[in-house]
Amino acid sequence: MNLHEYQAKEILKKFGLPVLRGKSYVNNLDSIESDLIDLKGPPWVVKSQIHAGGRGAGYFKNSFNEKGGVQIIFEKNQVSNIASSMMGNILVTKQTGEQGKLVNRIFIEEGCDIDREFYCSLLVDRTKSQLMMMLSTAGGVDIEEVAMLNPNKIINIHFSSNKDIKLDEKLQQKLNINKNQFDELNSIINKLLIAFNSIDASTIEINPLVLNKQGNFVLLDAKISLDDNALFRHPELFELKDLTEEDPLELQAAQNDMNYVKLEGSIGCMVNGAGLAMATMDIIKQYGEEPANFLDLGGTANKERVIMGFKIIQSDPNVKSILINIFGGIIHCDMIANGIVEAVKELKFKLPLVVRFQGTNSNEGRDVINNSVLGLISIDDFADAAKKAVELSKV
Amino acid sequence: MSIIINKNTKVICQGFTGSQGTYHSKQAIDYGTQMVGGVTPGKGGTTHLGLPVFNTVKEAKDYTQVDATVIYVPAKFATQAIHEALDANIKIITCITEGIPVLDMVEIKKRIIKQKTYFIGPNCPGLVTPGECKIGIMPGFIHKPGKIGIVSRSGTLTYEAVWQTSQIGLGQTTCIGIGGDPVHGINFIDCLDLFLKDEETKGILMIGEIGGTAEEDAAEFILDSSINKPMSAFIAGVSAPKGKRMGHAGAIISGNKGTAESKIEALRKANIAVAPSPAKMGETMLVEMQKRYN
Repeated sequence: MNLHEYQAKEILKKFGLPVLRGKSYVNNLDSIESDLIDLKGPPWVVKSQIHAGGRGAGYFKNSFNEKGGVQIIFEKNQVSNIASSMMGNILVTKQTGEQGKLVNRIFIEEGCDIDREFYCSLLVDRTKSQLMMMLSTAGGVDIEEVAMLNPNKIINIHFSSNKDIKLDEKLQQKLNINKNQFDELNSIINKLLIAFNSIDASTIEINPLVLNKQGNFVLLDAKISLDDNALFRHPELFELKDLTEEDPLELQAAQNDMNYVKLEGSIGCMVNGAGLAMATMDIIKQYGEEPANFLDLGGTANKERVIMGFKIIQSDPNVKSILINIFGGIIHCDMIANGIVEAVKELKFKLPLVVRFQGTNSNEGRDVINNSVLGLISIDDFADAAKKAVELSKV
Repeated sequence: MSIIINKNTKVICQGFTGSQGTYHSKQAIDYGTQMVGGVTPGKGGTTHLGLPVFNTVKEAKDYTQVDATVIYVPAKFATQAIHEALDANIKIITCITEGIPVLDMVEIKKRIIKQKTYFIGPNCPGLVTPGECKIGIMPGFIHKPGKIGIVSRSGTLTYEAVWQTSQIGLGQTTCIGIGGDPVHGINFIDCLDLFLKDEETKGILMIGEIGGTAEEDAAEFILDSSINKPMSAFIAGVSAPKGKRMGHAGAIISGNKGTAESKIEALRKANIAVAPSPAKMGETMLVEMQKRYN
């Protein structure tokens, strides 16, 4: 689960981390005039809050000036104008795709005189199964680009313990900072670690972490992703979820313990298990078509879930045919077959449908499909089933 | 021979009297697994499926000669269940549960390294030595005693691979699903090492997927290994888009890391035959076996 910048900063502030003062707005800017009395400037920074990177370099569909989703403003009376122009507008960045994202949250922050920009992030390194920090003097730019072009500019530090970290003193020279700043950085890292562990984060990214003209560190931007698996012990964080950022179909699937990812192709897929679901998408591609979606029914799929799966796939107008691939284990193929037959009848489903069963009760499942007189096609072979679904999508 | 488990392995189940624990313990008993009891706090002293129920893992260990435990406890309580098994120093721990917080696994990982535990999972189907011992949720009948060691990050895709190798007449020595989470216990390299050293395992089939660099690391390990066995692999997710989580928490491509292409290239460099399609995992393995043994 991703948090917005303003939410991330509110959390980090509670852990004693240096963030700038700011005000956030959801859907309306009603209190902006009175808030501005309190916010020191110039400048002020008006920031669109969407779950996508590259906001500053992005553009608005309903263009109102030549600047992007993050704007520095020196005239106080301009702040609310700019904020109003952003609110409800569509912001396109290199991560949103052409369709862009609706801005319904704005964050207004006090400005900051930047001397230098650094990059700092915390994450779990899956290779070493340890917490890792990435530090770089190349801040404020796309870190993946830095990793590709200048990998030696990134310093990776692993932590075997979560408390009382003492950074290697050589780092002071590498980062070209003075002793006071090094101590300050050390304290910031420790606070970030405490925050990371307390909120069960999966990533905290500060880009940039800046040194201001006064020589102090400030977290200028902050991104937090939370570990979905740990949300059960953080109900207060779960409430921060911005549902408008979620794809409604993906959300609907998740609420039914299924995993759905919308894709661009024309073959709808329904599979049990994530690995087999991916493999099913791959084989469709091999036969020259693209999958319309990833849909994992989950380990405990039942009839109701199959029907829900049909509803989700049906709402995608690009789907031309459907491939259902079930390897029965705990799930019995005949039970899924009954769900399919019921769904097709109930939803008056007309698209060509290929079903492939293997594993537990596959024979019984096949019989249900073949006896249904609904024109459903049952094919045992994985490859042949995929081939048929591709063929039928072109009819 | 086989790896990690065999017909002598004595197994208990944590979450024994729950619906999952009950269903799969019954299946395991029917398969011939030596189930010797189970743990459900508060139900100690009773019997379930004809086996003794204990309050704690330690109690179970004191009263039975248990080698392995399998955990079917809901995610909220699974971390505690794992620590309990580690406290009792059980040497083979399999955790089927999906949804364990990553930071909990970081702590658990430290302990399993220190205690030299075989930890399988979490979020995995388990492991099976066909005809001898089944620990986990996989359908038993698709397996066949044979020559191939199978290791996989997936669940149902593993069944697919097992089924194909059974159909084509190769059969399996041991099949292990290591799980789809970013931080897990036993990994590809651990399993490959065991399979390479196991005399009965004549060939190895590895099933990976997008995300992380475990497959690349495994390829590196095979390149450096002094033992050489016919090996094939399949990588799921050639068609997956970047930055999207594809079901498994671990299956996400970030930047240019973790792509199917980079994995396939690394495997080929290590002379591992990569199946061109998920429908050809068995066939690809057979071709490699024939190259070596015919």
